[in-house]
Amino acid sequence: MEPAERLDQNHELTLKELPYIIRWREDRCTRCGRCTAVCPVNAIEPTVFAQRVIHSEGPVPTPKTVRRLTQGVRQNVDIERYCTGCGSCSLVCPTVAIEPEYHPRHKFLTFKNKGGVPYKRGGRRNDPSPSTVDQLKFTRISMLTDPALDAGRHEFRIRTLLGRNLPPKKLPLEQKNGHLQVRKEPGFIPPVREIFPIRIGSMSVGALSPHMWEGLAMGVAYLNEVEGLPVVMCSGEGGMPPRLLKSRFAKYFILQIASGYFGWDEIVHAIPEMTEDPAAIEIKYGQGAKPGDGGLLMAYKVLNLIAKIRGVPMYVDLASPPTHQTKYSIEEAVAKMIQSMSMAWGFRVPVYPKISGTKTALAVLNNLARNPYAAALCIDGEDGGTGAAYNVSMDKMGHPIASNIRDCYLDLVKQGKQNELPLIAAGGMGKAGNLAANTAAMIMLGASAVDIGKYIMQAAADCFGDEYNRCNLCNTGRCPRGITTQDPKLYRRLDPDKVAERVVDVFKSADVELKKIFAPLGRSTELPIGMSDALGVADKAIADRLKISYVC
Amino acid sequence: MCRLSAITSDTYFSPMENILALDTMKEGHDGSGLGIVLKDLGGEFEDLKTYPILSGIASHDGVETLDRTMAAAGFREKHRWEPTIREVPGSGIRRRGHYFAKAYQYPDAYEEKPREDQERLLMETRLALRALGEKKESLFVFSFYPDVITLKEVGDPLAVGEFFGLDHNGLKAKIVLAQGRQNTNYAIYLYACHPFFLQGYCTMTNGENTAFVPIREFLCSRGFPGYMGYNSDSEVFAHILHYSHRQLHYPLSYYKDVITPLQDPEMRGRADAEALRLIKKSLRPLCIDGPNCIIGFTPDGTLFMAQDAKKLRPGVVGGVPGKVALMSEECGLDRAVPQRDKSRDFSPMKYDMAMVPPGAQEIRLWNQLNG
Repeated sequence: MEPAERLDQNHELTLKELPYIIRWREDRCTRCGRCTAVCPVNAIEPTVFAQRVIHSEGPVPTPKTVRRLTQGVRQNVDIERYCTGCGSCSLVCPTVAIEPEYHPRHKFLTFKNKGGVPYKRGGRRNDPSPSTVDQLKFTRISMLTDPALDAGRHEFRIRTLLGRNLPPKKLPLEQKNGHLQVRKEPGFIPPVREIFPIRIGSMSVGALSPHMWEGLAMGVAYLNEVEGLPVVMCSGEGGMPPRLLKSRFAKYFILQIASGYFGWDEIVHAIPEMTEDPAAIEIKYGQGAKPGDGGLLMAYKVLNLIAKIRGVPMYVDLASPPTHQTKYSIEEAVAKMIQSMSMAWGFRVPVYPKISGTKTALAVLNNLARNPYAAALCIDGEDGGTGAAYNVSMDKMGHPIASNIRDCYLDLVKQGKQNELPLIAAGGMGKAGNLAANTAAMIMLGASAVDIGKYIMQAAADCFGDEYNRCNLCNTGRCPRGITTQDPKLYRRLDPDKVAERVVDVFKSADVELKKIFAPLGRSTELPIGMSDALGVADKAIADRLKISYVC
Repeated sequence: MCRLSAITSDTYFSPMENILALDTMKEGHDGSGLGIVLKDLGGEFEDLKTYPILSGIASHDGVETLDRTMAAAGFREKHRWEPTIREVPGSGIRRRGHYFAKAYQYPDAYEEKPREDQERLLMETRLALRALGEKKESLFVFSFYPDVITLKEVGDPLAVGEFFGLDHNGLKAKIVLAQGRQNTNYAIYLYACHPFFLQGYCTMTNGENTAFVPIREFLCSRGFPGYMGYNSDSEVFAHILHYSHRQLHYPLSYYKDVITPLQDPEMRGRADAEALRLIKKSLRPLCIDGPNCIIGFTPDGTLFMAQDAKKLRPGVVGGVPGKVALMSEECGLDRAVPQRDKSRDFSPMKYDMAMVPPGAQEIRLWNQLNG
């Protein structure tokens, strides 16, 4: 006797369990097959099904029921081939016959642990609610009592400092004939770079496709050399192409060293041949999207180029440890690492750590504040993105960036070191599209600069991902946009020149928008770092927590 | 917008001259206050130049607190001046107890101490008095320093001048800063009234300081007790001057480099460019964006005028050898020094700083691009 489960499909999921349900219009579909071919997860497949239609022939209506076979598209209910909602099918459909529709009452997470393997993915936190940063408004506007500045006419300089500033009393200056001059033996003057306050955060060669990384790099070089905007970009863990390292463009890049040290063999070997110092060295201790986890590059993304740059065999999972193996205390190991990296470039390059947003950020901050070689502190909040992580880490772990940065800034103010150690905020900048506003708000809370990752992927390469778990396939190597894949069939979809053009668009427009925000506040020649009196929020609890004004 | 009137001379003159100049610029202030600082005093204070003078206002309770505190600290009163108050009908000026300027002898333990120690004692004493009297507004103290008197009151400048009897009481000085206040963003309050004074440094300003909060936070976190108050956003200008000149020992012209630093390409013409770059980074939070015209003096009696980097406020300097005025408007200058050669009047622009050494024999013009 046939088992009942075969007869009633009792052990299959229904479409209602899945986060996206495919809406297919039979009447519009031409059965061209493009949608099923493009689907990165095979969530839809061509199928044949029997259909009863009313049929009539001849001059007089003679309706009769006819049974016939027809082709169509069917959504798979296998949890391993669930529809991610990326929408590639809609993109290629010539007759607007198919689209995925978000199903808010899905039970996806209940089932996505087959084989005892928790759900892993790329992307960002699934939280579409407005972040705290997005709720902040700029409420202090110069009005009739004083003239506001004109963003189009007055001189503006949207620049920030990356690197440690000496306290005024420790400047190695002496007076001679009524003029100040730097002493002949000035001692250690920490390196400081003047940069644009929005940086492209750490995304590695490997996590990104060659076309995406190249597009970002070309955009950054163009911004610096043609537009005069000193935008810098972080390599992420995994090194950089040696030819680029040895080029004059190296100065626009921040080299990241993380717990796997991937790519550093190549970098160390390139140092003697480097003609320019990098913008900075970022030591990654944590990532906002997945606190407590190290970087992870899945085996199928480790192709020839990546393997060479990273100095590893092809097709092996590259998991960086959750923490640096040499790190046994912040006082010694971190200080030593900062000094070692500084020493590698003759103390000419700012070296700073990046940590996940955390309640313990103040402890890290205070340690760095006492370390004369620490150039900054980068804090990556919970709204950051990643190429691969456990869903639970992404959705439920981390610390919002706003109060983390604010607490750190106010702590520095208490110590009088607010200008000595710059804070860099990352995680969720531009989450809702308001890049300049988010940047300005973070600056007014005390950040010196912000990092963007997801935002630039979306703005420059149309990444499908969103806070409804859409797409988020970065970890699979099957990115339908060609952004986070090493498969040439996929990344050839992405034109690096167009990515570069969009990078330039994004930064130029952010520059204008920042001016439009700062002008009515009356700030133009320096960034309004810590100018918290300009901020307001219509939520009393947030206002109290961030020590800004409550407005309604 | 507030109006500013500063005069420096080689002879003693009445502060009424400043007030009359302010009166010519009257449309600019609404009577929300007059503040005057007199330095290098004449008249009855001419022979008391080494004795610190405490200036302020006290209620009956405040007088008791003041005398008790000063006696306990070991200060002995050497000379007392109180203006003969003349009620001015219709002026709306409310008399608040006793207006005073008292010269003291230092406590015995401080008579022979270095000047720096003495000045610290004076500042700490002033701050203690301020703390005692601020809550109930029973005692206001504006300055406690040798050879300096400060008067402040809410009202139209001319009426306040008459109220204090400045036109006939013989109070004179060689340097007088006066400000007619147009209150804007902050409450009408005596401690919010310019000029602001700290350990021999004094400034007054017009315009709004849009970068006030980060500057205040930076100053407050220097660990220096005198950097406090900030009932007005303009008080920071005096403290930046104090910080750069007294604490960091920068020459006066570097005040301009601190508040309005040059852009890096502009520094090329300066021999001290390397130092400027370091200063700009380390003192980044003290950079102002205006709109402000700042007039002030240093302890040696040098007056100066500087503008924000966009030159969004008026300001003009002119005079004759022996008498120079720094005004926010030309008409004030006409009233103060009518006999001068107007063609030689100077309005500092974005890179300029005008400095007048004591004795008012010359106006030194300094350009930031050349250093």
